[in-house]
Amino acid sequence: MWKKFRESYFLYSFLRDPVAVGSFLILLVLVLLALFAPLLATQNPYDGSAIDILDAEIAPRWISHGKFIFGTDVQGRDIWSTILYGARVSLLIGLGAVALQAVLGIVVGLVSGYKGGKIDSILMRITDVQLSFSSYMVAIFFGAILQTAVGVGGYADIALPFLVFVIGISEWPQYARTVRASVLAEKKKEYVEAARVIGLKPTRIMWRHILPNTLTPVLVISTVQVANAVMSEAALSFLGLGMPANQPSLGSLIKSGFTYVLSGSWWITLFPGLVLVLLVLSINLLGDWLRDFLNPKLYKD
Amino acid sequence: MDTLLDVRNLTVKFALRDSALTAVNNVSFTLNRGERLGLVGESGAGKSVTGFSIINLVSKPGFIADGSVWFDGRDLATLSQEEMRKVRGNRISMIFQDPMMTLNPVLTIGTQMVETVLAHRNVSKAEAEAIAMDKLRKVYINSPEKRLKQYPHEFSGGMRQRIVIAIALLTDPALIIADEPTTALDVTIQAEIMDLLLELCRTEDMGLILITHDLGVVSQVTQKVAVMYAGSIVELGETEQVCSNPQHPYTRGLIAALPEAATGSRLNQIPGSMPNLAEIPVGCAFNNRCELGKGACFTTVPQLERKQSGVFAACHELE
Amino acid sequence: MFAFIIRRVAQALLVMFVISIIGFGIKYSFGDPVREMVGMSVSAADREALRDQLGLNDPIVVQWTRFVDKALHGDLGRSFFYRKPATEVIMKKAPATLELVFCSALIILLVSIPAGIYAAVHPKSFLSRCLMGISIIGVSVPVFLTAILLIYIFAVELHWLPSYGRGETVQLWGFWDSGLVTLDGLKHLILPSIALSSIMLPLFIRLIRAEMKEVLQTEYVKFARAKGLTPWRVLMVHGFKNTLLPVITVGGVQIGIMIAYTILTETVFQWQGMGFMFIEAVERSDTSLLVAYLIFVGALFVTVNTVVDIIYGLVNPMVRVSGRK
Repeated sequence: MWKKFRESYFLYSFLRDPVAVGSFLILLVLVLLALFAPLLATQNPYDGSAIDILDAEIAPRWISHGKFIFGTDVQGRDIWSTILYGARVSLLIGLGAVALQAVLGIVVGLVSGYKGGKIDSILMRITDVQLSFSSYMVAIFFGAILQTAVGVGGYADIALPFLVFVIGISEWPQYARTVRASVLAEKKKEYVEAARVIGLKPTRIMWRHILPNTLTPVLVISTVQVANAVMSEAALSFLGLGMPANQPSLGSLIKSGFTYVLSGSWWITLFPGLVLVLLVLSINLLGDWLRDFLNPKLYKD
Repeated sequence: MDTLLDVRNLTVKFALRDSALTAVNNVSFTLNRGERLGLVGESGAGKSVTGFSIINLVSKPGFIADGSVWFDGRDLATLSQEEMRKVRGNRISMIFQDPMMTLNPVLTIGTQMVETVLAHRNVSKAEAEAIAMDKLRKVYINSPEKRLKQYPHEFSGGMRQRIVIAIALLTDPALIIADEPTTALDVTIQAEIMDLLLELCRTEDMGLILITHDLGVVSQVTQKVAVMYAGSIVELGETEQVCSNPQHPYTRGLIAALPEAATGSRLNQIPGSMPNLAEIPVGCAFNNRCELGKGACFTTVPQLERKQSGVFAACHELE
Repeated sequence: MFAFIIRRVAQALLVMFVISIIGFGIKYSFGDPVREMVGMSVSAADREALRDQLGLNDPIVVQWTRFVDKALHGDLGRSFFYRKPATEVIMKKAPATLELVFCSALIILLVSIPAGIYAAVHPKSFLSRCLMGISIIGVSVPVFLTAILLIYIFAVELHWLPSYGRGETVQLWGFWDSGLVTLDGLKHLILPSIALSSIMLPLFIRLIRAEMKEVLQTEYVKFARAKGLTPWRVLMVHGFKNTLLPVITVGGVQIGIMIAYTILTETVFQWQGMGFMFIEAVERSDTSLLVAYLIFVGALFVTVNTVVDIIYGLVNPMVRVSGRK
């Protein structure tokens, strides 16, 4: 298996593209940092007793010669540690939301594409309308409504699953559209006709025969969707509709640092921002490469 | 008779990553004023590229590597972009293959005709419209003033090709290059369009280069014919002579393959297929399909020479 | 064409119907109209009497009809924080947001059209590669980060431009507070509109470039060259005009989507527009204002989308004749 992979064209063309390799390495480092955050962090930002308010707003080490590499925020938390934990939260929400989107979108897309007719046109109208409203707006509205419903206090406890839900529910139409398009393309092919003639059940045809053939486009949009979900989470948190300040994601770190940019404490915002951009950029670049690789028709562009 | 067009040693190449393919190889021919020439060959033989390179419009990555194109006493290959623009669509017009694709879908017929006149003549818009209507009448399109306001999709394929012909006529060119003008049309309309083109060339005294794969059409319309194979002209002469007494083995094969020449119930065909540009054999490009192929055919490229019958052919085995 | 417009409008009405249900749902579940009117310091019995009087104990459908009827007459409830009708608050804030969107759209058009065309015509040039590289980075930087960066560079470090607020505004036509007519107002507009346009600009440049590249390879562009038209005319009339269709459809929708991004931009710049007001309303649980914003922005989206669809129909001669898309 490993040998086969090593000799594959996939790996060959991947290694030939320095941008793809570079962004993969950056992404790998970021994911590892987030994964091993408790081991690499110098303090636990969730633990109030580890934080000393007297350490607040210390500039990065190369400026202040203090003991914090990237400085500290207004509560005296070590920025390096908060970034590690924050990236963890951001990635977790991003992946969770994309998983939810994918499940919803694939089911809707399969049903819509396979059944056709009325169901199809109703489902596609819904995706159309939701897409035209922009998933951002939908997520912000959902966030605002649910926060009003549970109140800010109760909100902090359920913020994480809630964000997964909000971003998942607001961005599934992309999947539905993509899956439906490839189902329609697959449906015309003869093997589906043959399966139907044999008398297989529609559900079986959908899951066993059509779904596997739609996985390539799903994989391609999944990368971009993870990047989008991370961005959406950051935006929601920045607006105060996301993770609370005591369990920060990258977005809420940027939010809490933003006010102090005006007074010159740029590091509180800059470093989480930089990590966020690197994360999103590397996923986007990898996604671009994957799309070009899996869809040679687009390669000329 | 005075010479209108004199193409000498024209070579067109396509740039690849680190090499170049030769699409048109050392092609020379002349055309007199008002004369009609057929450029015949299979797809990929280089006939369209030859046509486009006359007006210096080879699409990238193609480029004219060598040769000259003398037209009206000027070498078109040395003209500046702006000077060349003034020749295109003015002294030399083109008719494209597929009328469904040639006309811009979002502009009216009127706009597309008037802009051509205005690009070359110093006239008012009203005068340009009058010219456009006049030419539409020439191609038998009724109520031209109404037609000018319509969009291309409101016309059938045959009508659109008439409009394209009318556009070609707008500036009373000395030469029309027609690239497979009937291939994309219904069979029933093909003859109609071809007759119209022939009639207009006669009445307006225009030269015509007819690019086609159809020897039958060439024999009806043109006075001269050049047969192309893998980027080179392999036979050149009076249409009548070439068709009745073909010299080059490839031309002979082509003529034998015409439905009229079929002896039994089966059509004759030339064995094998034309090599693609990257795999042209050493020596004569036709050597792998030729029954006459001998020693020299596999080593040296034959030159176009006058043979005994009076036509020019590029073949080692002919006298 | 007529049937086409009717169908679009019907769809728009359907979407507005759904929005009204959502808006009503929020209000019905979380809003407290009694508090909006009298505040907290009223006895329970008085409240109950007021509820009856306001019809809050009527069946849901009746309440919903009343809600829609009021909304159609411009009454979306009262904001308890501002102590004013929500519609009035929104109308006061809308010009700020719309001017911001207008300036960003202007920047986007002025930059993306030449940049996109240039990149399509000279795909291999150094400048085009730079443009494409920057646009990939551009889509990966969240709009609020761009905004913070702009503030830090141009306001905090260089002191060239103001960092927040709208500056000096002038009231036009009696209701429109405009920052476009004073120098100070324009200065305040620069950073927010650049920040807002940064998120859409890469998308537009890529879109125009891709469409233009495709159009430039068509037969009719080649034919236009063969007709001896000037390169400029070939590019702008035959090339660009054909890219307009997709640019209008995608572009129109994207301009609508920009409203969503104004929430972020306005928060960073404390721009006194609808987006900033919305986030404040969420923080204060000002349900009426929240719902009013939802309905107002929903209506804006639907109108923009419908108008774009109809313009698309008008520009595209194919749709115009057959009446379908």
